[in-house]
Amino acid sequence: MTDFTQLGVREIRDGVAAGDFSAREVAEGFNAAVEAASALNAFIVATPEKALEAADAVDAARAAGETLGSMAGVPIGMKDLFATDGVQTTAASHILEGFTPRYESTVSAKLWEAGCGMLGKLNLDQFAMGSSNETSYFGNVASPWRKEGSNAAMSPGGSSGGSSSAVAARIAPAATGTDTGGSIRQPAAFTGICGIKPTYGRCSRWGVVAFASSLDQAGPMARSVEDCAIMLGAMAGFDPKDATSLDAPVPDWFGNLDADMRGKKVGIPKEYRMDGTSQEILDSWERGKEWLRDAGAEIVDVSLPHTKYALPAYYIVAPAEASSNLARYDGVRYGLRDLPEGSGLQDMYAATRAEGFGDEVKRRVMLGTYVLSAGFYDAYYTQAMKVRTLVQRDFDAAFAQCDVILAPTTPTASFPLNSLNDDPLTMYLNDVFAVPASLAGLPAMSVPATVTGDGLPLGLQLVGKAMDEQGVLNAGLAIEQRAGFTVKPEKWW
Amino acid sequence: MTNYRIQGATGEWEVVIGLEVHAQVTSNAKLFSGASTAFGAEPNTQVSLVDAAMPGMLPVPNRECIRQAVRTGMAIEAQINKWSRFDRKNYFYADLPQGYQISQLYHPIVGEGSLTIDADEKAGIPEDKVIGIERIHVEQDAGKLMHDQHPTMSYVDLNRTGVALMEIVSKPDMTSPAEAGAYVRKLRSILRYVGSCDGNMEEGSMRADVNVSVRKVGDTELGTRTETKNVNSVRFVMQVIEFEANRQVDVLEEGGSIDQETRLFDPGTGTTRTMRSKEDAHDYRYFPDPDLLPLELEDDFIEECKASLPELPDAKRARYENELGLTPYNARELTAEVETFARFETLLAETANALGKDEKKVATPVANWALSVAPGVIKSLGDEADASHATAARQAAILKMQDAGEISGGQAKEIFEIVLKEGREPDEIADTEGLKQVSDTGAIEAAIDAIIAANGDKVEEYRGGKDKLFGFFVGQTMKAMQGKANPAVVNQILKGKLG
Repeated sequence: MTDFTQLGVREIRDGVAAGDFSAREVAEGFNAAVEAASALNAFIVATPEKALEAADAVDAARAAGETLGSMAGVPIGMKDLFATDGVQTTAASHILEGFTPRYESTVSAKLWEAGCGMLGKLNLDQFAMGSSNETSYFGNVASPWRKEGSNAAMSPGGSSGGSSSAVAARIAPAATGTDTGGSIRQPAAFTGICGIKPTYGRCSRWGVVAFASSLDQAGPMARSVEDCAIMLGAMAGFDPKDATSLDAPVPDWFGNLDADMRGKKVGIPKEYRMDGTSQEILDSWERGKEWLRDAGAEIVDVSLPHTKYALPAYYIVAPAEASSNLARYDGVRYGLRDLPEGSGLQDMYAATRAEGFGDEVKRRVMLGTYVLSAGFYDAYYTQAMKVRTLVQRDFDAAFAQCDVILAPTTPTASFPLNSLNDDPLTMYLNDVFAVPASLAGLPAMSVPATVTGDGLPLGLQLVGKAMDEQGVLNAGLAIEQRAGFTVKPEKWW
Repeated sequence: MTNYRIQGATGEWEVVIGLEVHAQVTSNAKLFSGASTAFGAEPNTQVSLVDAAMPGMLPVPNRECIRQAVRTGMAIEAQINKWSRFDRKNYFYADLPQGYQISQLYHPIVGEGSLTIDADEKAGIPEDKVIGIERIHVEQDAGKLMHDQHPTMSYVDLNRTGVALMEIVSKPDMTSPAEAGAYVRKLRSILRYVGSCDGNMEEGSMRADVNVSVRKVGDTELGTRTETKNVNSVRFVMQVIEFEANRQVDVLEEGGSIDQETRLFDPGTGTTRTMRSKEDAHDYRYFPDPDLLPLELEDDFIEECKASLPELPDAKRARYENELGLTPYNARELTAEVETFARFETLLAETANALGKDEKKVATPVANWALSVAPGVIKSLGDEADASHATAARQAAILKMQDAGEISGGQAKEIFEIVLKEGREPDEIADTEGLKQVSDTGAIEAAIDAIIAANGDKVEEYRGGKDKLFGFFVGQTMKAMQGKANPAVVNQILKGKLG
């Protein structure tokens, strides 16, 4: 019997379409794998019945000769930031524990429409705030990877750590992620998989629990560039319910994949050569250049002079928006309510939010409240928004000289769980290479490049012009074809 | 300048008033959601997922609300900002599900404009006065807390949550309660002309925050102001100013100082009291709403807004005076309310058409009918009148008969009474009920001949130069004709026969 869990998106949908196997068999295979992988804690809730239901519908449609969707028969994991009708949606927070929406996010609805089934709701950093998946109310997620010679549980990255862990462990062929300041790319890099954050506005934010509205973007996480291209095609599209949605046609990214880089210029931003970046990361970056040159690209140096201000600006803008976005979790209408005996409205707010939010969420809500408060607004928020504009201009200038930018995804490989918990600033540095593209709203992807000496994956990041996901995917494909990244985490769970 | 002054122990004080009027935008759906805006529905039946601020819900601007705000701005001849932006005003309250109100602090959709309040000698407004308007911005309304449903808990009704409001901010240009009252009335009239707000203050569609400060006559610095929130009638606005101005003068004259604070009005006592002091003021942490792109108005949209504007009160009033030849009083009365001018213009068109005459020729009698005759009859009948019977066509038919001399003014009223009570047609009533003037010269001549024959002495006196006796003959003739003779015909024949 085939081990379906080794198959990717394209292989599954083509196999189902060809009748090589049924969607139900695939779903059963992954359901069993999910059940057996509880040690990873990648899922907050598993929904095997949902996966089977969708699979049966695909099998029936095929039997009836109907046209199948672009992901028909592919069971996926859904980050628990997407509202799913009738299935608990928590954002990994106690304050939403037990909350079951009666509506479906636009992105998840599109995926079901494309023929996907849901394996379950994936764990994440609470409200997508975190870079290690240690801020979830429902416990840490472990990466399937371990350092050679160590049994220490490693971080799968964050915030889409449930997604990265599940895809890398092959308990899901693909998963949704969301990226506010690197939350798709950093976990993808940590776990040796692919993940793309499209141009801001490509994927509807309707029904996605908001962290920082001007930055949040959904995207696919899978084990190959082509799987990402297929899945992004199913997720993207204009949504009149999201005022920031891009009203533009969705290109056939998968159909137009092309690893021939002749005539393309790849920019290398000198400012990404930062202190504290490991030699192994720098080496992998060099190899990335070689691979793209080998694919026919010309390598050019570019400058993104405001890079060093991007991370501080991000940690003002994102918490500012979050402090306001999270005000709705007040115990009045849904979710947790802590109403101490004899208390009033203000007491209820305080008790509910103190009890419901985790430490990192509280930290960011306080940060955001502070930077927006009277007397500090101009010094922080206004200044950060100016930096954001400058970062955007940096990219505009760089893209006058190149088609796509190549950089490391992260400054280090994955680290052990509980090793950075007491040091939020070091933790925030994880996103130093990811945040600039987020501030500029540009499409950016991480593809696996190599493994470190002690056996941990490293990713390379590609950043493209606005709306040019194709350029990013094509460069990613060129790297993927040459990197020959075939290592798998050894199963210990 | 107004002469409104407060006589204090230390001298004369003047009042400075600015108003922030919240006007609910007339639209079927809320500002950022598709939920209905109808008034009076069962609690929490007009609430969308967006209004309830469910996780992941997003606001999408309602084009109609934006359109109404732009049209309103045009009606006060204000600058229309082609680029504006929504900001979040953050605070926690149970009637505010999002934890913030979407408003426009930094870049409102409408900039500076003005309106003119009309001279009103009796109210102490000696001449027309222009009141500056600082801005109009659009924002979401909050929900409503109900404190009378449970002994220890408050209930929340979110029906009003997210309904679009225009906040219309005046400059501190008013100096008396009468001016403020006139401003609110004029603004209400403009909003109703434009159709952007129904102006219904009882239902809360329009409410005012009243900013009041006082200073010694002659001082140029503004005094510290207080803001009295959510005042919902013209009369109350005037009461608030009256009370606040006198209270502030008393405090200042006793050596105290005015706190910049938010106050509440108690309609029962006509007084205001502290709601929250400056120290308790919220830090609203305004910042641009990241769920919404800046609002950019296209030229076509602005043109369409402009083209859709009706004739506005000032222009209509001028036209009534200058083109229709109405008196200033009639012009003002007829243009004050949308319903009044609408009825007048319909009746005017109907009457002009029925008579085959130009509107200008019939405007004055139609105005008199519409303003005094018809309302008088309706009022005198009280409950007996069914106003739905009083169609423009029937009223025009009455005016036509009167114009042709077929009926007298008194007969017109009698016919209208029957119309109101029974819904019959005026021509038929005139015929059946004998409510017609006799213009038949034969009958009138016969009556006059008889009167001349019976009053030989008076005829002699008249012919001898006692002109005043002409009235006697008219009276006798009318009496003989039982009041139904056409006075013009009577006059003409009498003059001929008396020589």
